[in-house]
Amino acid sequence: MPLRLGGRSLDPVPLTVGVVLSCLALLVVWDTTGLTLSSVYGMGPKATPYLIATGLAALAIGHFIASLSAASAPREAADHGPVAWIGGGLAAVVAILWVGGGFIVAMMVLFAATARAFGRRAILQDLGIGLVLGLAMYLLFTKLLALSLPQGPIEHIL
Amino acid sequence: MDALASLGQGFLVALEPTKLLYALIGVFLGTAVGVLPGIGPAMTVALLLPVTFKLDPTGSLIMFAGIYYGGMYGGSTTAILINTPGESASMITALEGNRMARAGRGGPALATAAIGSFVAGCIATIALALFSPSLVELAVKFGPEDYFALMVLAFVTVSATFGDSPLRGLTSLFLGLVLGLIGIDTLTGQARLSFGVPELLDGVEVTTLAVGLFAVGEAMFVASRHRFGGDDIIPVRGSIWMTREDWRRSWKPWLRGTALGFPIGALPAGGAEIPTFLSYTIEKRLTKHPEEFGKGAIEGVAGPEAANNASAAGTLMPLLTLGLPTSATAAILLAGFQQYGLNPGPLLFAERPDLVWGLIASLFVANVMLVVLNLPLVGLWVRLLAIPQPWLYAGILVFAAMGTIAANPSPVELVMLLAFGALGFLMRRYDYPIAPVIVGLILGPLAEAQLRRALSISLGDPLILIQSPIAAGLLLLALIALIAPFALRGLSRFRGSED
Repeated sequence: MPLRLGGRSLDPVPLTVGVVLSCLALLVVWDTTGLTLSSVYGMGPKATPYLIATGLAALAIGHFIASLSAASAPREAADHGPVAWIGGGLAAVVAILWVGGGFIVAMMVLFAATARAFGRRAILQDLGIGLVLGLAMYLLFTKLLALSLPQGPIEHIL
Repeated sequence: MDALASLGQGFLVALEPTKLLYALIGVFLGTAVGVLPGIGPAMTVALLLPVTFKLDPTGSLIMFAGIYYGGMYGGSTTAILINTPGESASMITALEGNRMARAGRGGPALATAAIGSFVAGCIATIALALFSPSLVELAVKFGPEDYFALMVLAFVTVSATFGDSPLRGLTSLFLGLVLGLIGIDTLTGQARLSFGVPELLDGVEVTTLAVGLFAVGEAMFVASRHRFGGDDIIPVRGSIWMTREDWRRSWKPWLRGTALGFPIGALPAGGAEIPTFLSYTIEKRLTKHPEEFGKGAIEGVAGPEAANNASAAGTLMPLLTLGLPTSATAAILLAGFQQYGLNPGPLLFAERPDLVWGLIASLFVANVMLVVLNLPLVGLWVRLLAIPQPWLYAGILVFAAMGTIAANPSPVELVMLLAFGALGFLMRRYDYPIAPVIVGLILGPLAEAQLRRALSISLGDPLILIQSPIAAGLLLLALIALIAPFALRGLSRFRGSED
């Protein structure tokens, strides 16, 4: 059901952005009141956050006004399934590294999940490609460029 | 001629074998990402930042500049052959270029784009070398209040010119400014917006933000729209060389495009879109073959391509002399300098002339490499377009995650990458520009530092901001740039209701 105010329908997108910006402004102000020290003269650490919070509040008002004017043009429908696959892939990377699964396994899962988001169905094949890619990157970057990457069971064998 | 002597010294640096290798890697990568739709030079440099911080700074920066220039060349190939601009500055090229390719004149279209880019890149780089020293002399006279005013001007122009509404652009900018607040305040040692999370005390990493917004957000956006599946690539038929007639019709648009691209790129108005669009409009008006426009006029490829490459050199001028990024790629390049503890500006010209002039000289080298690489090897680049999209984006995501893990292997950093990715997706979906967020994060803390320095010199008197004529002038310009879009829109609405 569309939101309405005084007989006009409200555009939900700018309305939401306006609410988010208001919350962000309040958050900045709340955090800044917790600062105790300030400079002897000139500008303390509180001035900029307050300035930015004022800007955020003004932009929130701008969005509220925009939500009153004619509804925005219809947007191309988005499919949220693929977005969830990519987000889930990254979340899996966090989880795998957290439990010490290592870099290569994490990259393998991320590769397969992203390929799935773009419509691939051959999950085993993609896991295989991800494994090879992760292995190649691990060897290239740890041996050649001396970067340190998280270790797991596979990395310990190498 | 100080500039020429310095440039000569720069060539000694740029022509060292290792530097040539870096430049070659840069232009190769740059052309490849320029050709691939959806991956721009800004994202590529952002992806490479974490894996290059142990390499030689001069070499890495030469490589980054090569990527920037290469991206400009490669984008035109995709625009001409599949009508999908590889990066936003090539949108205009697609108009006439793709028509030429469909009419079997893809070769000359690619040639005029590449040679025009070469001509424009060389002239604009000479202009960069000639004008930079005088801008540096001017910049030395800048006080902190003038720098602050300059940054305010950059904030306004970057957010008001990107995207279709100043409200959205400013919203993006303020998101960046809020992210810039996070971390320890350098003057009093107090943590702002850190909420007791130790990883946040050092502030938000520019690379994490850029990779999240550009790589992860872009991948989510493309996936959400089911834009996968093949575009039809138009094969290049016949000779790739231009006829005498093509040369005669191309050289003036090249020069006019350069004349538009360099100054507009150098202004803090940002982006290559405006000069390419202006160049197209002008060529359409001046052409002796108006009937060909819209059906594949070579002038419509030559002018905008020259303008887009000249503006890339133009963007480097405020970046090198003032430390002022005016586009997303420039903002990432600034992050590249900062990762080696280098701050572009007058001091860098004095302290590291080898690096600055080596970088400028390497732009000539990159241009020569690009024109040689692009024309004969166009078939190779086109083959890149055959990589299946799922694997391409999966590879990008793996590389993005790898960069973040290598730079800072903490779960907090990866969660931030994911959060910025979601933010980037929402911003793309609802048409909020991304570049101002990055400019806000990089320039916000710098602007605050300059403002506080200015106010502590003036013992807290804010009038210092308008007592310096430079600062007052720049702030006035910023105010005009801020109000103009709203005022113009108001005017057009007024006119509309009158009719």
